[in-house]
Amino acid sequence: MAETPVIINELNFQKIQSLLQKLCVESAARVVLLVDRDGQPIACHGDVGDMDTTSFSSLAAGNIAATSSMARLIGEEEFPAVVHEGERESIFISVIGRSLLAVVFDRRSTLGLVKLRTKKASFSVAKILEEIARDSADQTLNETSFFAEVTEDDIDSLFS
Amino acid sequence: MTFINYASREINCKIVYYGPGLCGKTTNLQYIYDSTAKNAKGKLISLATETDRTLFFDFMPLELGTVRGFKTRFHLYTVPGQVYYDASRKLILKGVDGVVFVADSQEERMDANIESLYNLEENLQEQGFDLMKLPYVLQLNKRDLPNVIPAEELKAELQRKDEPSFDAIATDGEGVFDTLKAVAKQVLTELRKG
Repeated sequence: MAETPVIINELNFQKIQSLLQKLCVESAARVVLLVDRDGQPIACHGDVGDMDTTSFSSLAAGNIAATSSMARLIGEEEFPAVVHEGERESIFISVIGRSLLAVVFDRRSTLGLVKLRTKKASFSVAKILEEIARDSADQTLNETSFFAEVTEDDIDSLFS
Repeated sequence: MTFINYASREINCKIVYYGPGLCGKTTNLQYIYDSTAKNAKGKLISLATETDRTLFFDFMPLELGTVRGFKTRFHLYTVPGQVYYDASRKLILKGVDGVVFVADSQEERMDANIESLYNLEENLQEQGFDLMKLPYVLQLNKRDLPNVIPAEELKAELQRKDEPSFDAIATDGEGVFDTLKAVAKQVLTELRKG
């Protein structure tokens, strides 16, 4: 594999959850999701209901990947944000480095408020993501790391 | 790119099914989806044309089980195989942890297989991956058709590095899970090796 795995410890995950919770409240959003640009969901907060957040994350990443390529075709580096307005609910996705912050909101909020609060939150989110990237790069397979404990039999048992 | 979340105790990996148009990538995923218990899978998302040709990607999350208290989830993607969808294929390959190349065993599709394999190597290189170091499995699909190239001959042409290869008839499910297990096992083993 070319890339080091992304390792999110409990402390950083709690920090992300707190940020998402704060953004959800301040922007009066229904759901806020943090998604990796490759489609992996990282965290979410809000009234998820029966929303399939895994599929949503994959599609959001695909969406941004496609629109970023379109941007480059017209001479832009990328579109830093994308909005999809529906009749009842809308989606606002903003790009934060290697991640996406997706906000699902309805008539209880406005696009302007969501944009404003998301921009404010994005700085804090970016900081935590940098910390996660640093921790992941630093973490080697030492005696306390998870994968050091995993044996071949553990892996084989998944497929028995 | 693998995600290991200590808080939710989850490992998430990405596997991409690659190959020429109509070779059976979507069929593989469809079979996996239909055969998997409800509690071990998410939805199968297919972004396809009106004639069911993959337009952007297919996607399904699959939970394989627990390793030392960590849920192992694999995100399975297929790429569109038609030649002119190369831009989309590049995007889907981002962050890949393991690749399955689905070859169409029919004689008349040999050139398409080779072109697609070359395209895979090129696109992986652009992303900074080296096929020689990436978890990788070869599937020889459509073994039930009358005009297929003998498996040994097909392997000789397409195998890149002694990767495991599996004969398959994806429409019946034959070889589908063997292929998936092989690539998933490689991914986890690589993670363990660091």
